[in-house]
Amino acid sequence: MTTRAEALGVFDGAMAQRGYGLNKMCFSFNEAANREAFLADEEAYERRFGLTDAQRRAVADRDVLALLAEGGNIYYLAKLAGILGLNVQDLGAQQTGVTVEAFKAKLLAAGA
Amino acid sequence: MATIVGGLAVSHVPAIGNAIANHREGEPYWKPFFDGFPAARAWLDRVKPDLAVVLYNDHGLNFFLDKLPTFAVGAAPEYCNADEGWGLPVLAPFAGDRDLSWHIIEHLVAQEFDLTTCQEMLVDHAFCIPMELFWPQGAPPPAVPVAINTVQHPLPSPRRCFRLGQAIGRAIETYDKDLKVVVIATGGLSHQLEGERAGFINRDFDQMCLEALATDPSPLTALSSLDLVEQAGSQGVELLMWIAMRGAMTGQVSRVHQHYHIPISNTAAALLVLENTPVA
Repeated sequence: MTTRAEALGVFDGAMAQRGYGLNKMCFSFNEAANREAFLADEEAYERRFGLTDAQRRAVADRDVLALLAEGGNIYYLAKLAGILGLNVQDLGAQQTGVTVEAFKAKLLAAGA
Repeated sequence: MATIVGGLAVSHVPAIGNAIANHREGEPYWKPFFDGFPAARAWLDRVKPDLAVVLYNDHGLNFFLDKLPTFAVGAAPEYCNADEGWGLPVLAPFAGDRDLSWHIIEHLVAQEFDLTTCQEMLVDHAFCIPMELFWPQGAPPPAVPVAINTVQHPLPSPRRCFRLGQAIGRAIETYDKDLKVVVIATGGLSHQLEGERAGFINRDFDQMCLEALATDPSPLTALSSLDLVEQAGSQGVELLMWIAMRGAMTGQVSRVHQHYHIPISNTAAALLVLENTPVA
């Protein structure tokens, strides 16, 4: 049976377990030297945190929905996105399958 | 005894920090948001708080999932900001007040709130941006940061956060120094960053919350944290801090100022100023 927390897609204990290594890697990006180490060799850096194959694929594909499904927490993933030069409108557009312009227009429309 | 002059609540979207750093407050995108602040600053100039208690949520600067407290109270002489990984300028340290910190800690634990205490605590944008917004010339009052977990579910309930605020309010009122304290909440209002519902904003729910916070908070404390996620989005759950702030208003509450603007980044941005008048 699906719990309400699962139905709402919140980051709960199960997700925190699944995503632990991935989120720990993203937490490390608070330090500039770690961001540089990641960019220099993504796979080697990921190995230090024990990312699963699915997580490594999701990082390689820059696939936000897959990163979330593999236990990534959005607050930590935002640090990865920052390295990749993506802001939260870029992430929103990718996740909802629209252009960045269309995503921004939707936000503006909510305030109109 | 110390008195609670009132409560402030404000959104803490990281982009605001960049807008301040780059002096963009007057640009068309930003002006409708920043126009809300002169009234809040005028109120602060009038009440002149000596100390601030700041209720906020850490986004992975001080805390990681290895050890994640539900409620954490700062007890440091100063609180440093640091690199969060995506380019916000690092601000100068903020002064703490260890006497008030330990008074609050003693009081809260006596009231059966089992806390994490932090003699070192990095403060992220959720703490820093509101300080920049309310004290743009610098020199905010010494602060006691109180972090509430909004990262990993299960989260504390709105009722629990309200009661935490009530206990903080009683702690302040029993603090044996003739000082004025403002309670600041940061975060919200409705927004969701992740998943197919990214970009979700709920104006009607936000307006209901603002009204309830100013008048009767009971509709909010009747909700669960998952209700907040459903109605305000997965990051709109930062309303927990606003509810806790309202709990700390122990006297007569009057709404001094309110401001609401969609969007700032992906967020419905809001500001609320409540004045607290002690009941004789």
